[in-house]
Amino acid sequence: MIAAAPGTTAAATADAVGTVGSGAELVLFWTVGPLMVVAALALLFARKPVHAAVGLIFVMIGMAVLYTALEAPFLGVAQVVVYTGAIMILFVFVLMLVGVDAADSVAETISGQRWIAVLLGLGLAAVLAGVVITATLPDAVGLEAANERTNPVGVAYEIFGRTVFTLELVGVLLITAALGAITLTHKERLAAVRDQKATVRLRQRAYARGEGSQVLTPAPAPGVYALSNAADLPALDPQGRPIDVSVPRVLRIRGQERDPGTVEGHVAQIASGSFVRPDAPDAPDGPDQPHGDEEQR
Amino acid sequence: MSLVHYLVLSGVLFSIGAITVLVRRNAILAFMGVELMLNSCNLALVAFSRIHGTLTGQVMAFYVMVVAAAEVVVGLAIIVSIYRARRTVSVDEPSLLKG
Repeated sequence: MIAAAPGTTAAATADAVGTVGSGAELVLFWTVGPLMVVAALALLFARKPVHAAVGLIFVMIGMAVLYTALEAPFLGVAQVVVYTGAIMILFVFVLMLVGVDAADSVAETISGQRWIAVLLGLGLAAVLAGVVITATLPDAVGLEAANERTNPVGVAYEIFGRTVFTLELVGVLLITAALGAITLTHKERLAAVRDQKATVRLRQRAYARGEGSQVLTPAPAPGVYALSNAADLPALDPQGRPIDVSVPRVLRIRGQERDPGTVEGHVAQIASGSFVRPDAPDAPDGPDQPHGDEEQR
Repeated sequence: MSLVHYLVLSGVLFSIGAITVLVRRNAILAFMGVELMLNSCNLALVAFSRIHGTLTGQVMAFYVMVVAAAEVVVGLAIIVSIYRARRTVSVDEPSLLKG
């Protein structure tokens, strides 16, 4: 920010409120930052990969908050959309695919690898923090001038202006990555596809052998058309008798099949025989119904 | 006031990511460590962008994000195909390239 004019304490305090990286922003940082470190430690200590994934999602959202505090609202939104919205969902999907309960093995293939790795990591942290703290960084300028036409517009001018060729290369990279993912996860088909023709042929063969269904035609559809077409209501044959196989097998097993006599109006009349009922040719006692292919139901 | 605290946080997160890659055997977890390292670099880039008062750092962070997305897609595809072939996601098991 602009340095406070010397001698004017009122201007200095007013300026200190707007100074880059002070006041409320520091409070925000010291609230979000430690929580992010704790959540990131879940990567190291969580037994189940899902817990680590949740920790990482927390870190990503904290990142988005910090970006917004750092005067980069566009990147904050992109962080939420790209990382928490797409990448972490991809991680969780793969975790589900691979098996959520796939626990990490504790056995060490290289003896002492764990401790050496932790030591090296802590050393790396010490070196990085030491470099950053001892370096003499200039006072932050702030992005007020660069964000004059709002941050997304400024970033857009940079991306589509100075780095437009990079953007095109990135587009090529994304297409290549998508193709690579498709190629890598492509699965060879082990058995031939069973299309409609093959299904019909198999059913005919089963019929010829006397196995499978008793008829070749599909089972009658449930419901009395124009009166009731609910699936739990059996179709009626020309004599008004219910055809049991027209009701789906699951409903029949559960006993949820309806009696046509209980349906209001014409259906009950037809079922009771008081409506139109042509004489059945030497009607047997039990309804002579075809048994459709029950596999279909 | 400089923005040292953001850079220190970035360094700490980067180290946690690095330790994760070195310690964890589950390939997906190691991969998450890589993601954490990329994210911490982004944080440093955005902080530097603010220190210098230009948007270049933010644009670089944006490109890092896009490349990370592409990398995640390919990496997870590799993990899935290894899992299909060997029924494991442990990074110790596949030793085909040992020779």
